[in-house]
Amino acid sequence: MTTVGILGAGKVGTVLARLTIAAGYRTLISASGDPSAIELIVDVLAPGATAMTSVDVAANADLVILALPLGKYRTLPVTELAGKIVIDATNYWTPTDGHIEQFETDLDSSSVVAAFLPESRVVKAFNHLGYHELDEDGRPQGAPDRHAMAIAGDDAEAVRVVAEFVESLGFDAVIAGPLAAGIHFGPGSSLFGVSTTRNEVENLLKQNVDGGNIAVI
Amino acid sequence: MELGIYSFGELIKGKEPGSARSIHERFDQILELAKIADAGGLDAISLGEHHRPDFSMSAPEVMLAAIASVTTKLRLMSGVTVLSSQDPVRVFQQFATLDHVSNGRAEIIAGRGAFTESFPLFGYDLHDYDELFDEKLKLLVQIRDQEQITWSGRFRSPLNDVIISPRPLQEKLPIWVGIGGTPASAVRAGLLGLPMIMGFFAGPEQFVSRVALYHRAAEQAGHPRESLRLAVSGHMYIGKTSQAARDEFYPYYSRYFQEGGAPFAANGFPRDAYDAWIAQGLPVGSPQQVIDAIMRRVELLGIDRFMGQIDVGNLPWHMTMESLELYMTEVAPVVKKETEGAKAPIAL
Repeated sequence: MTTVGILGAGKVGTVLARLTIAAGYRTLISASGDPSAIELIVDVLAPGATAMTSVDVAANADLVILALPLGKYRTLPVTELAGKIVIDATNYWTPTDGHIEQFETDLDSSSVVAAFLPESRVVKAFNHLGYHELDEDGRPQGAPDRHAMAIAGDDAEAVRVVAEFVESLGFDAVIAGPLAAGIHFGPGSSLFGVSTTRNEVENLLKQNVDGGNIAVI
Repeated sequence: MELGIYSFGELIKGKEPGSARSIHERFDQILELAKIADAGGLDAISLGEHHRPDFSMSAPEVMLAAIASVTTKLRLMSGVTVLSSQDPVRVFQQFATLDHVSNGRAEIIAGRGAFTESFPLFGYDLHDYDELFDEKLKLLVQIRDQEQITWSGRFRSPLNDVIISPRPLQEKLPIWVGIGGTPASAVRAGLLGLPMIMGFFAGPEQFVSRVALYHRAAEQAGHPRESLRLAVSGHMYIGKTSQAARDEFYPYYSRYFQEGGAPFAANGFPRDAYDAWIAQGLPVGSPQQVIDAIMRRVELLGIDRFMGQIDVGNLPWHMTMESLELYMTEVAPVVKKETEGAKAPIAL
């Protein structure tokens, strides 16, 4: 059985934990500090998940999701994440992160994260839907009102695994291209904050790629 | 059940006739809103602190003191006080003073804030975002609960057996914790046994689990359920008919997201997302729709105070006035009647 590790027990992390448990994955979750601090949160919001330190989550999971504020990426356990598929669900979002010079100039935040995790196989996903939508919009495969999410990555095998994982949580996966294509569904793009069907996601992505329709925030 | 209004005094480029053009004009509007709300029988007003030129309200306690002098019954709340980048001693002194000039109507909503400008402005490191709030909230509560205080911490010089003066007029100055959905914030409010106000826009479902967390944490810390209190705040617009309200509010709401703070998306706030939010429970529409939206919050979350943001996006004044009028005359009486018999809100 695949073990999913989630780094971050905030709004997004707890929703993802609930979804992965519902889909049958063994789920590990961490916040920045002592796991005992999030036991109550896990018990109420994602019963069945196991609270651990970030290092233990990274070491024990097959697939690790980054659900912490992007500004904290330098605290990631690089060694334990080596060789693993790491899903980057973070965004550069100034209301949370403040203004970070690096991300003001380099819109492709996932490539910055990937450079910090040189031995990991980073795929960007779960970042253009809000946590409400992640929680509520999942549907079984083939449902007419099933929504889709864009994913992007450089490692074809990792992208395939993440696409399957996304599908197992109730969403279609639309592959946007290499990791750098993540800007086409990141903050300031017309897909950001949008939860919609596969056709619509594909249309918006195509418009963004063709038109360079990326607003600088 | 108590009903109130709130404003951030945002000054989004108001090109339309009737939108405030200057901060001075915006402040006049807010004083006027408070007078009308007080005369119309609403229970509370709250003003939120921001530190950026597109929001006029950086010192809500000063504005609340002005409102105190022209109203008699309205509870006067900050919403939120960005406590992380303030000195809790000073915050307490200001609200204790406000409490006297208002004859015991002051309340603080302490929060981490949705924006980050105040951190560099007052010399704080955003990396300490949560630690700052945690330490300062505990200090603020200690000042409230102990007349003479000895304290030491990481972010402020120690206090050695000092009396923080003035003491407020109310026996216990209400301190709410404002949360935006972060699970750990609900736990913090519960552990401290403080009343919690939840800010959200569309559906209340996501917050059912936050209320459960709050109750569990309070229980763990030994705070009895009857000492707890819950409220909700969020965007609101009321028009005479459902469709007209929805259509006339949309351009301003979309602009608010586009220009107030971080842009939502390159193409603004999509109309279908807006319609979906209304379907999920954003209180925008006819009086009956807004009554239903508020009642769903009452039923699902057990709140006894609702605060509606009355002038989202620097609306033209006549729209704000119409929405406020309908809130006072058609929404509030029905919500109060429907919640009659429920436990009266406790004095905090």
